[in-house]
Amino acid sequence: MSETAKTSTTKTGGKLHVGVMQSELGRARGLGSARSGTHHWWAERVTSMALVPLTIWFVIAALRLVGHTRGDVAHWAANPVNATLGAALVIVTFHHMQLGLQVVVEDYIHAESMRMPMILAIKGAAFLLGLASLVSILKLAFMG
Amino acid sequence: MAEFTLPKNSKVKPGRTFAAVAGAKRVKDFKVYRWNPDDGENPSTDTYAIDLDACGPMVLDALVKIKNEIDPTLTFRRSCREGICGSCAMNIDGINTLACLKPIDDVKGAIRINPLPHMAVVKDLVPDLSQAYAQLRSIEPWLKSDTPAPPDAERLQSKEERARLDGMWECILCFCCTAGCPSYWWNGDRYLGPAVLLQAYRWIADSRDEKTGERLDALQDPFKLYRCHTIMNCTQTCPKGLNPAKAIGEIKQLLVARQG
Repeated sequence: MSETAKTSTTKTGGKLHVGVMQSELGRARGLGSARSGTHHWWAERVTSMALVPLTIWFVIAALRLVGHTRGDVAHWAANPVNATLGAALVIVTFHHMQLGLQVVVEDYIHAESMRMPMILAIKGAAFLLGLASLVSILKLAFMG
Repeated sequence: MAEFTLPKNSKVKPGRTFAAVAGAKRVKDFKVYRWNPDDGENPSTDTYAIDLDACGPMVLDALVKIKNEIDPTLTFRRSCREGICGSCAMNIDGINTLACLKPIDDVKGAIRINPLPHMAVVKDLVPDLSQAYAQLRSIEPWLKSDTPAPPDAERLQSKEERARLDGMWECILCFCCTAGCPSYWWNGDRYLGPAVLLQAYRWIADSRDEKTGERLDALQDPFKLYRCHTIMNCTQTCPKGLNPAKAIGEIKQLLVARQG
């Protein structure tokens, strides 16, 4: 049941109060179509497809580095192919995470006052964490 | 936040029990949700023991028998009793379906019967579908064309064009799918739900309709369409064997396709 429908009639002091008399059609049409959402949905799919090979590559590479020295790992990261794929992995991972978490918030957070701040917080956190990961990869690749 | 428990006045309490007639050999218990808006009481579950040898084969037959012979206060919708009108949609043994199409023998043990989930209840097994009906109207489920119809003939379709409507024209709007969709439970005030989106696609796929772009515009919305997360309850529960999830997937694909 909708938020409006739930609060549309209340009893106070035995008096019935009707809070919403807008027609069902008016409520169903609401504010109309946002004319967006396709890009978000498609980006979720594209990033998830990109993550399949990137993640497999990274897991295999990480397993092969087990037991090696920090210098070996830095040498591995200095290879432009490894640095590029590693950077791609963190960018796509954090973008995908942000897209997915936003959907979770839209699903379950119904208070307008909460939804937008939480989505912005998720975007900010994903951006900063992704940037930090990227900086770490570049530092390892260029400075050892 | 989403609510995971029922409000205090919605908690279902144990109800009355009606024993089977003496001498009944094949007895089955029907545990039926009861709620009367006029008595101020919480909902309850009444148990009716039915002699299956004196009852028709479908769950609706048992409900009609209960109303006629045991408890005339039991309230439910029914009309055609053959899966065409969609009136007797309810939750039987945990699955939304039509009481008239659900064989009693399909269910082992007692049969639990509840109204369609997450719809406001009018009384007993009668749900309030006015929001879902308004959402159906909002997608304007009728032919829209600028080209006038031929003056003395119907609008023609090729056999292939007509075949695209198969699996959609059969929908009887019982809203079993919509009432079974978790996304609709959480966001039913904004998400259109599988039944309405299947109808929206029915008109998008119709070769005679000329407002395809406008229809896609109206659906391109994070809440109206994209709350669907392919949970697939809609397809699993449809008593007509239709596939609303596939129709929603087709809409999403068309929206990507037109981006170029």
